[in-house]
Amino acid sequence: MSRAHVLTIYRKELRDLLRDRRTIISMIVVPTLVIPLITAVVGFISFRVVRQARATVPAVMVVGGVDSPRALAALAAEQRIKTQPATDDWRQRISDKVVRAAVEIPPGFDAALERGEAATIRIFNYEGEMRSGFAVSEVRRFFTEYRDRIITARLQGHGLSATLVKPFDVRTENVAPPEKVGGNVIGGVVPYLVLLLCFTGAMYPAMDLTAGEKERGTMETILCSPVSRLDLVLGKFFMVLTASLGTVVCALISMAVTFTVGGSVLAKMLGGGGASRALAELPSVNPWGVMAVLGMVLPMAVLFSAVLLTISLFAKSFKEAQSYVSPLIVLIILPAVVGILPGVELNAQLALVPILNVSLVSKELVSGVWQWPYLALIFGSSCVYAAAALALAVRMFNREDVIFRT
Amino acid sequence: MIEARQLSKTFRDRKRGKIVAVDDVSFSVAPGQIYGLLGANGAGKTTTLRLLATLLQPTGGGATVAGFDIVTHAQQVRANVGFLATSTALYGRLTARETLAYFGRLNGIGEPEIAERTARLADQLGMHEFLDRRCDTFSTGMKQKTSIARTLIHDPAVMIFDEPTLGLDIMAARTIVKFVRECRERGKTVIYSTHIMSEVEKLCDVIGIIHGGRLLAEGTLDNLRSRYREQDLEEIFVQAVGGPAAPL
Repeated sequence: MSRAHVLTIYRKELRDLLRDRRTIISMIVVPTLVIPLITAVVGFISFRVVRQARATVPAVMVVGGVDSPRALAALAAEQRIKTQPATDDWRQRISDKVVRAAVEIPPGFDAALERGEAATIRIFNYEGEMRSGFAVSEVRRFFTEYRDRIITARLQGHGLSATLVKPFDVRTENVAPPEKVGGNVIGGVVPYLVLLLCFTGAMYPAMDLTAGEKERGTMETILCSPVSRLDLVLGKFFMVLTASLGTVVCALISMAVTFTVGGSVLAKMLGGGGASRALAELPSVNPWGVMAVLGMVLPMAVLFSAVLLTISLFAKSFKEAQSYVSPLIVLIILPAVVGILPGVELNAQLALVPILNVSLVSKELVSGVWQWPYLALIFGSSCVYAAAALALAVRMFNREDVIFRT
Repeated sequence: MIEARQLSKTFRDRKRGKIVAVDDVSFSVAPGQIYGLLGANGAGKTTTLRLLATLLQPTGGGATVAGFDIVTHAQQVRANVGFLATSTALYGRLTARETLAYFGRLNGIGEPEIAERTARLADQLGMHEFLDRRCDTFSTGMKQKTSIARTLIHDPAVMIFDEPTLGLDIMAARTIVKFVRECRERGKTVIYSTHIMSEVEKLCDVIGIIHGGRLLAEGTLDNLRSRYREQDLEEIFVQAVGGPAAPL
């Protein structure tokens, strides 16, 4: 191997690719601007929509209850629900999102309560619709409080304390620091994004430097020079690896900036004390964990680069290479998504499954959990896979039927 | 100097089975000589030249180029060869100067020497006007000149031309022919493959007629004319590939 040759080829490929608009778009523009922009816009719109939905008092139709004026009066007095009498087509109105829910008060509800008999209130909603969900929560809260008031009154009527039926309260409080919460919330998303960007960043250069060169006729030109095939593969491989890691780094820096700026904007939108509270509640990630994720992703980037070079080399043209490489994205997404699923925990067997192992361990790393034996196993196995893929790429470059397949 | 000894190349194809592209081909080319490899499409010219340039490995026989074995010393062979073909294109996103520097570096030439050789080649080929322009903006003639300069940047002893004028207009083809002659004048060993009879007549000192992967006839133009009792090279070619092989 000649380091001078590898470096010369690498420099040339870097210059060549940086002059290509398609590379700049896939390597720099998309991860640096487009992805954070989409994330920010979607996040901003979602935040506004949810806030607006929460601020709106939902319209709820009341079915029945003509013989229960007390319940109706209490419901009408509720500030956070806008009640209206039910029309014949109230179900359709919920479906049409004219009203968000309906509540059915059974006949003789007030009288049943007087007699101490059980009665059932039914709430009708549009399952899966956010505003309908908010309306149901409000109606449910109202009737729970209404029930509690009746219970308290009944107990007081008998000279008993309310604690008789509610001897203790149950509360849930989070003790996990924000970074642990962040690990679970963002931990699944970060490796998924990193792995995906790592792959997509390598895709275009790998195709351009192999199938693209074959198509343009420059592959034979370089093969005529006194460069060994190993040097040629390594020069091209390092370029693809640079593009892959460059894409990830660009995306991470850009996303960090987006989240920092986005957090401040969010705080301003909430205003006052809500700002600091909201910022404190925002899930954070362990920065060393993110660095470790990058370390774990390195052999993955090597694996992706080598595999993409090998597969693209088979193709006669850039277009043919695209048809081979594009379906592979599913192979990256699938294990990465499985890693995000709740309940899938890292074990010795899964630590040997490429992509899934990095996805799972990354979730732990950004939460600040360092499982050293697994880290070693995953890094080691990933390095073995990467070395095997690189060896395969070199082998393919030495095969005449592959290199001259035109 | 090129010496091919019973050079053979067989490909295996899933549909067509075993394909003998080059079959037992032997010839030699001396320095200062142009050897014309004349054959129809699919005759085995490109495969022969790719074997000599070490792009392919022979399945039988062997060859030495500039004193180096094509199998055991492939890199040294390539360091002494300038290979020009229609299939050897230029990097569109590099300038002509960057292209020459790239191939100069790959051939182990130092930066001052690359600059000096680039200036000299630009003088000789009239490239100054477009030396710092990207190759994807070039006309065919500019591309040819840059390709020629690319093959000469390391001043190789052996030049291999594989149908270099294919698809070129008259002016671009003339540039190539002139350049091939200059190579001979500088004492380089030249092998030139083509199916254009007039080019062979104008350029080649020795002609080898190849067909079906076999070298069917070889000699100087006069030698072939007297052997086949025919003045027209095209007729000689047809007789050589159609009839029984003439004695070498």
